[in-house]
Amino acid sequence: MNNINNIPSTSPAASDVPRRTIDIVNASLKRRYARERRFRRLGAFAVALGLSFVVLLFSDIVSKGYTAFAQTYIQLPLNLSAEVIDPSGSREPATLAAANYTKLIRDALRQQFPDLTERQALRRLYALVSVGAGDLVREQVVAEPALIGTTTELWVLADDDIDMLVKGNIDRTAAPEDRRVSDETIGWVTQLEQQGRVAKRFNTIFLTHGTSREPELAGIAGALMGSFYTLLLTLLLSFPIGVGAALYLEEFAPKNRWTDLIEVNINNLAAVPSIVFGLLGLAVFIGFFGIPRSTPLVAALVMTIMTLPTIIIASRVALKSVPPSIREAALGVGASALQTQFHHVLPLALPGMLTGAIIGMARALGESAPLLMIGMIAFIVDIPSGFTDSATVLPVQIFLWADSPERAFVERTSAAIIVLLAFLFLMNLAAVLLRRKFERRW
Amino acid sequence: MNKTLLTSAVAVAMTLLSGQALAARDTINIVGSSTVFPFSTAVAETFGRTGKFNTPKVESTGTGGGMKLFCGGVGVDHPDITNASRRMKASEFESCQKAGVKEITEVKIGFDGIAIANAKSAKQLDLSLQDIFLALAKDVPDSSGKFVPNPNKTWKDVNPALPDTKIEVLGPPPTSGTRDAFVELAMEGGCNSIPVIKALKKSDEKLHKAVCGGIREDGAYVEAGENDNLIVQKLTSNKKALGIFGYSFLDQNTDKVQGSKIAGVAPSYDAISDGSYPVSRSIYFYVKNAHVGTIPGIKEFVTEFTNDKAWGPEGYLADKGLISLPDDERASVAKSARALTPMSKPE
Repeated sequence: MNNINNIPSTSPAASDVPRRTIDIVNASLKRRYARERRFRRLGAFAVALGLSFVVLLFSDIVSKGYTAFAQTYIQLPLNLSAEVIDPSGSREPATLAAANYTKLIRDALRQQFPDLTERQALRRLYALVSVGAGDLVREQVVAEPALIGTTTELWVLADDDIDMLVKGNIDRTAAPEDRRVSDETIGWVTQLEQQGRVAKRFNTIFLTHGTSREPELAGIAGALMGSFYTLLLTLLLSFPIGVGAALYLEEFAPKNRWTDLIEVNINNLAAVPSIVFGLLGLAVFIGFFGIPRSTPLVAALVMTIMTLPTIIIASRVALKSVPPSIREAALGVGASALQTQFHHVLPLALPGMLTGAIIGMARALGESAPLLMIGMIAFIVDIPSGFTDSATVLPVQIFLWADSPERAFVERTSAAIIVLLAFLFLMNLAAVLLRRKFERRW
Repeated sequence: MNKTLLTSAVAVAMTLLSGQALAARDTINIVGSSTVFPFSTAVAETFGRTGKFNTPKVESTGTGGGMKLFCGGVGVDHPDITNASRRMKASEFESCQKAGVKEITEVKIGFDGIAIANAKSAKQLDLSLQDIFLALAKDVPDSSGKFVPNPNKTWKDVNPALPDTKIEVLGPPPTSGTRDAFVELAMEGGCNSIPVIKALKKSDEKLHKAVCGGIREDGAYVEAGENDNLIVQKLTSNKKALGIFGYSFLDQNTDKVQGSKIAGVAPSYDAISDGSYPVSRSIYFYVKNAHVGTIPGIKEFVTEFTNDKAWGPEGYLADKGLISLPDDERASVAKSARALTPMSKPE
């Protein structure tokens, strides 16, 4: 026993005292615990570092973007006289829509500042309201014809420079030549503010309108619908194909050199930079098949190819995790191979497959690089209403806004990022919940 | 379940496809330069708001990419208008002709200036083109006329009249049109003011081009990405740095940054318009005449663009940062544009 426990030692002092394993363990125990503590601390530090970056990113985006959800409006008493809007008294929507509402707004503005008469000064005064303000008043009047013939206090959309001024993004104390808004304009705005005619209201335009070159009229609805159609078609195409491919490769295909080659290729494709898929889409779908550029259809085809490897790999893993006993039992009671798969294996593997699909979709939602090549970097005002309408998607809209010189687009860019992050968060949450609810462990 | 889904998805795709192929296009398609994009989109939106025609679709593909698409052929699959931050090249014109795009109307819409700016709180610089070249070139001639890697560390090294601060310039990467224009207008102008390099143009044109176009890569020039807003932000936090970006961004941020004077001229609307500010370029769009009449609204779009309400000095494009052509030139361009006079082959 002594021989076994003895550790040969070169030191003469140690050789007198027999050393047992327990001593060695005890001697090194402190060091080993310390090492473990160090590792834990490093791990916690890594997590904290990662989290702090996430917090930094989120707080930066949110702090820049939350102001975009409010928009400055100016309250003006509009004289919606019947002679101007509807001279015939027919109240027909076409007549109501054709009236000159911009003039009504300008008249109301002039009333607020009666001493202004010079043409140039009036032009500058009219610039207080957005160029689209007339259209918004028109929408209101068409929706509510009872307003005609009355003088009503309406909230009129302010110009983006005024919006920035009211939100404090333009420094009123700066030297006049250093800011885009003149002293004169600031004077007008201050006077309106003192009368309580300037207010920030919830920015519904941002959520209901398509994009615009005027920040105050720009919304994400167009990009959201574009993303929606693209993702819907991507899911419709990639999920069945991906699951089918996984099922065949995992359960039916013979294991030989060909299937090995295919497997290597699928794993490779999952790591290919997404811009390559865009080039492929440009050459094949647009160049060869002649599918129109900038449509959700062509974007969905490109995204399908991009997400397929992710879905196939996730689906195969899900299939692998179904225990063989299920298959054997099904086969044992006389089910055919196909019945075994579709009645027993697939339902059990579906939660895992869905998780893979959702993660693939989340990637497709945030993707912009392949769309550069297929004409999605475009200015499209109309909200798309189908797969073949010209459209853009959320990440591309963010890219375009980030590149716009107008200062009011800075907060809108961040607000669009908030919306995109919210959707990504929801999708990933759905993936986690689905897995929690339906996943079975054996 | 999978099969039904799959077949229905394919069927949906097929029907949609065939439906699209038959339908004629009723929206104008515009492609081209990202520099012209903000102006083109503003006109497109106003044009669409009148309600008679659909809002044109404007794609930002870059000047070269736009030309390629534009010269792809005649037909609904090809764009009707391309924007360009430079004139069409002779080679591009030829490829257009080869593809059957015979008649092209050239419309010069105005100028775009490039500003070299620093933070408002710093001292405004007065640079010559030669200073810019000597500060940013990869190789500069030494006293004996031999080319050496740029030794200049501070602005004072470049020109004793300039302050003793480190050369640090944030600018666009080589993929950007702004960078091309900066190299062409500022760097080449500056390098030709040095006799040794000017002589080189005759003896070795290739080397001349490399010397004039080469921007240093030792950290003095920082490629700050395509986003001009980001450069403006960085300038406010770094008072020693200079930034290179389009005039419209300077116009929007006059409270934060100031444009350096180039050869004694500060970048202002008037200075760019009359041509006294040297770092500015003309911007254009090109119309495919064969599509006029087939695609509704092209003529009206050109009329809207060449209206003083849009591109005049008081127009809404000026508010977006466009610098208008002088009055007489604007009138003559508008006349030939509205008549859709085809251009001749550029040199």
